[in-house]
Order: sequence, then structure tokens, then C-alpha cells
Amino acid sequence: MKSLSRLMAVTRKEVRQMRRDRLTFAMIFGIPLMQIILFGYAINTDVRNLRTAVADEANTHLSRDFIAQLNATQVTDIREHVNTVAQLEDLLRSGRVSVGIAIPPDFDRRVADDTRAAVHILVDGSDPTIAGIADALRSLPLGFDTTMQQQRIDLIEVRAYYNPERRTPVNIIPGLIGVILMMTMMMFTAVAVVRERERGNLELLINTPVTSAELMVGKVLPYIFLGLVQLAVILTVGNLLFDVPVRGSIVDLYLAGCVYIAANLALGLFFSTAVKSQFQAIQLTFFMMLPSILLSGFVFPFDGMPEAARWIGEILPITHFIRLTRGIMLREAGLGEMVGELLYLGAFAVVAMTAAALRFSKRLD
Amino acid sequence: MNDDLAIRARGLSKDFGSLRAVDRLDLDVPKASIYGFLGPNGSGKSTTIRMLCGLLTPSEGSANVLGVEVPGDTSQLKPRIGYMTQKFSLFGDMTVLENLQFIAEIYSIPANRRAARIDEVLEHYDLVEQRKQFAGTMSGGQKQRLALGCAVIHKPELLLLDEPTSAVDPQSRRDFWANLFRLAEAGTAILVSTHYMDEAERCHRLAILDHGAKVADGAPQELQRSTGMNIIEVVADDPYHAQTAISTLPVVASVTQLGIRLRVLIPEAVPDALGHVQKVLADHDIAADTHLSGASLEDVFVAVTLDPEERAA
Repeated sequence: MKSLSRLMAVTRKEVRQMRRDRLTFAMIFGIPLMQIILFGYAINTDVRNLRTAVADEANTHLSRDFIAQLNATQVTDIREHVNTVAQLEDLLRSGRVSVGIAIPPDFDRRVADDTRAAVHILVDGSDPTIAGIADALRSLPLGFDTTMQQQRIDLIEVRAYYNPERRTPVNIIPGLIGVILMMTMMMFTAVAVVRERERGNLELLINTPVTSAELMVGKVLPYIFLGLVQLAVILTVGNLLFDVPVRGSIVDLYLAGCVYIAANLALGLFFSTAVKSQFQAIQLTFFMMLPSILLSGFVFPFDGMPEAARWIGEILPITHFIRLTRGIMLREAGLGEMVGELLYLGAFAVVAMTAAALRFSKRLD
Repeated sequence: MNDDLAIRARGLSKDFGSLRAVDRLDLDVPKASIYGFLGPNGSGKSTTIRMLCGLLTPSEGSANVLGVEVPGDTSQLKPRIGYMTQKFSLFGDMTVLENLQFIAEIYSIPANRRAARIDEVLEHYDLVEQRKQFAGTMSGGQKQRLALGCAVIHKPELLLLDEPTSAVDPQSRRDFWANLFRLAEAGTAILVSTHYMDEAERCHRLAILDHGAKVADGAPQELQRSTGMNIIEVVADDPYHAQTAISTLPVVASVTQLGIRLRVLIPEAVPDALGHVQKVLADHDIAADTHLSGASLEDVFVAVTLDPEERAA
């Protein structure tokens, strides 16, 4: 009973301080809003308007027609016309264009000849997505007259379930929820203990009857609530601006969010007990950020990673949460079908929380 | 253990790496009195206090604090002690009232008595007007009153104060000590560390620490009577040359200048100390008024922190 009232005292104090900290409070809403709008619009894998230069050495009716058709696809944005392939290479190297199109002087003849390529496309291979796009250029339905068009029969037909129009925000936002929650939640608690140490509050607190566990749990509780508010903001904005659906149960989604938030808060708290300054705490959270973004399946397909990287990915809470959000939001999966992911997150939260309470000794030596 | 003692420590030591911060300290702090720790910065005052409340584990030795063994499970000790840190450690972004409420809740003061107790503390420590003010925006004296109020809100049996007055003006210090006397009269044992002589003089008992070791222990008057030194006060127009001349005397343990006055410490074992001083001043043609004087606490401090060979001089 005494324990519970002490825990609530810590929670009330945290809420009070949080409310007074205007900047932090603004960040709680500002960061998810900004990121979802930024990334929702900016992250777009169907690339258009690639900066392009053309060296039309043929300069025939046919070649000019080809260039006009290419431009009409909007994949390329022709910025420059040069005379030689060497000039194209210069432009490419300087980074002024990403794609160079070289049309040889015997273009008309090559078009008629099935055995030779009619056009060379030079691509800036230092950017992997552009290289991928240029590949797609090969299959563009460009035709000059019907006799020359190749009739191709597709052996395999791909149907994209759950995101038939292949809109990027639909893929991005469920993962983005995980990234945003991780960033804000982990950061909050990572500085929570060390800040009180820096301000001297801790020396006073450890001389009172409050126990480590009461202090740790009391600090985490208000942030779980904040995390759920953030989740609501992201879902609402995602739905209004980008038409990202929640096909599964919203209750399931919040339940998964709750456990994931707790896992991140506990991890942040553990960091906070391990570091000496707020600066170190922030460095540690950034150290977690990069693998979480790169190895979680958020950016790159999880199955394509080497085994060692997949193992690291499996340890990170975000990997499991992204599977849950994609499952619930897009595939209409129930929590029951993905209970393993949820259990892992729960176990992670408990272990990290225990570690934090154990590490936070009520001593100075 | 003697029931009249709040703290009884034997051989308490603390090493930080190769540095011995506290060296075999014996300590008897009686109940219902103010016990002072006098010593320069780095003499081990804070370390000792932190060991006594269980924040640091002693490297050697042990203590009994309010019947609880240290080192040991000090969790049952926490509700019975009050602790005031050197640095202001309350929450600057909360008001005076909120700070008191939080501390009262942490100490599990029952809800039906909480408000009354907080009002009492606000009243006692003259914080009624500041109750809605953020603690971080208060003056040094106000912060200190709040810190003391929070440290005693649960009516502890033992109050540990680590240089509580290092950041406040003389008037606030006087008021602060008036509060301490009132608490001691009410039965609280108080252990307070300081590096101010005038504060040390007000303690019922005093231990002087030097490099982690206790070099004197007793009531301030007792210590002043038993320095083992004759103290000669020299008033000279040219104190610098007088000091240089007196320093040449091998029997002199220490010369300290206070304005135009010099305080010369010569061990009691040396016969006719006054004569020695008068002779050396006459030899150097320095006009000065000399007379024997009683020891001040500062003289005690100088005498007990001398190197052993200087003391024997």
C-alpha cells in the first residue's frame, strides 16, 4: 500500500514536470507529425523526374520521336542535350545528371536490327535505386511502328496483395510508427534518470524510502500514456493524408503498441542507469537508432539480409513491432495469429525493466 | 550500544582507489544535540556522512546508526533519517508546495495528516509566501529553508547535514542555526559538516577532520582549553617583518596573520614562551605589543592540523 502510494507520487511528479517542460511536450506531438508528413511525402520508391542528358548522334526523325516519347513517360526529365558520349560521361561524373541517353549515329538501322541494341543508357550506379529504375526503363512500352514492336508473353504475373496500387506510404507508415515511437520513447527515459543525477535530485531521492522499482515503474507509467497518444496521432494523420488503412482490429493495434512502447521505455531507462551524462544517453539512443532502421525490415527486406544481420534484427523490438503493425494494419491479421511477436516484445520489456531496476542501485559507489 | 547515542562508529574507513578519504574514524554522536564536523574541503566530511546513511559502503570498520548496522540493510534506516545535500537537490521546476507534497508522499505521511504537516513546515521555515513559487527561482536562503523543511517533514530522529550553509548569507545562516537548535531541543540528533569556525563554535560537540582522520574531538570550549599551546598575540605596525622575525624561532609551531595582529602558537612544553617572542622582536628592532591570549577555535584548528614534528617543536 505504501509502495503503491510512493509509486503514484513518483508518477504524479513526472507528469507535473513533463507538463512544465513545454519544449518536450511540443516534441511529443511535433515529432510524429513532422516525420509522418515528411516521410510520407518524401519516401517514394516509384521514382520520377530523373535528371537526364541526351547525346543524339543520329538526329533523325526517328531518334527525335524516341526522345519525345521517353520524356512523356515522366520517368526522365531531360535537362541537357550534348553531342558526344564523352560529354555525357562528364555530366554523369559531376553529378549534374543521373541518367545519360546515348543514341548512336546508326540509330535507325539498329532499330530495325533485332540483334543489336538501339540505345545505350548510362546510369549513375552509385545510387542503387536509380540503377533499379533504369532497369525499368528497358521495359518501357516505347514503339515506333507496329512491325518493330516485340510481342512478349508474360510467363509470370505478379499480383500485389494488400497494397495493389503499390503506394509507398501504405508500406512506409506502419514501419514509421515503430521508428517514431522508438525515437521519442527511448529518448525520454534515457535522459530521465541521468538528468536527475546531473541536477542532484537523485542524491536526495536515494536517501528516502522510495525503492528502485517504485522509482523506475513510476517514471515509465506516464510515458506509456503519451506513447499511445502519439500512436493515435500517427494513425489519424496517416489515414487522413495518405489514406493508410487499419484493416485489422484497432484494439489489437493499441495493445501491440502498448507493449512495444513499454519495451522501448524500459530499454531507455536501462540506458539511463548505465550512463554518466545526458549527452552519453543521447549518443546511446542514436547508437540504437541506425540498426533499428536498417535491420528491422523497415527499409530493406528482412529476408534478403545475411543471417547474422537477421539475428541482430530479431533482437531489436522494432523488428517484431513492424511485423505486427504490417500484419494488423494491412493484412487484417489478428494478434492471435502473431502472438509470438507480441510475447517477444513483452519479454523484452520485462527483462529491460528488471535490468534497469537492478542496475539502479540506491548507492553512490 | 549506549542508548544515548544516535551514531556510534568504530574504525570507519573509505578508500577511493589509492586515496584514503576517511581513515579509521571513531565517532560518538549523542541524541538531542548538534555534532559538528569541521574540516577543509576534501577532509572526508561528505564521505563520512554518505557512509553513515548507507550511500557509500565503508572499506573498513562499521557503525551503528539508530540501532541499524552499517554496512547492512539500510532501507529501514531511510524513514528515520533526514538528509540535506551540499548542493540544492529539490526539484527546481516544481513549486515549494509541490516539492513538500512530493517528499511527504514519498515518506508515506498519512493523507489525513499530510496537509497539516506541510502547513506546519511552511510556517516554521517561513515559506508561506513562497508556497506557489518555483523552487528553482528562490534565493539561496529560501532554498536552504525549503531543503531543511523537506529533510524534517517526516520528523526524523537523526538529521545529516552536509555543508548546509555554504551558499547562503550570514543572516540566513543565523536563522538556520536557530532552527537547528530548536530541532535538537525537540530531541533530534544532528550531524552537521562545515568549514566555518563560527558555525563549529555553536555545536555541542565537534570533531575536527584532517585528511580523512579525526584530529580532535570534544566540546568547542574543551578543545579551546586543551590545545597544548601557548598563544601569544602580537600587535605590530609592521606585521610582515614581525612575522618573518618570529618565524626564525625554532620553538614556534605556527604564526598566523590576522590584519595587524599575529597569533603565535608555541607548545606549552616550552618555558617562557612570551619571553622568546619579545626577545626576537627586540633583536630585530620591531616595535610590538605582545600578550598571552586564550585559544580561539581557529587556533585549535591550526594547532591540531600541524605536522607532528612542528607540534613537538
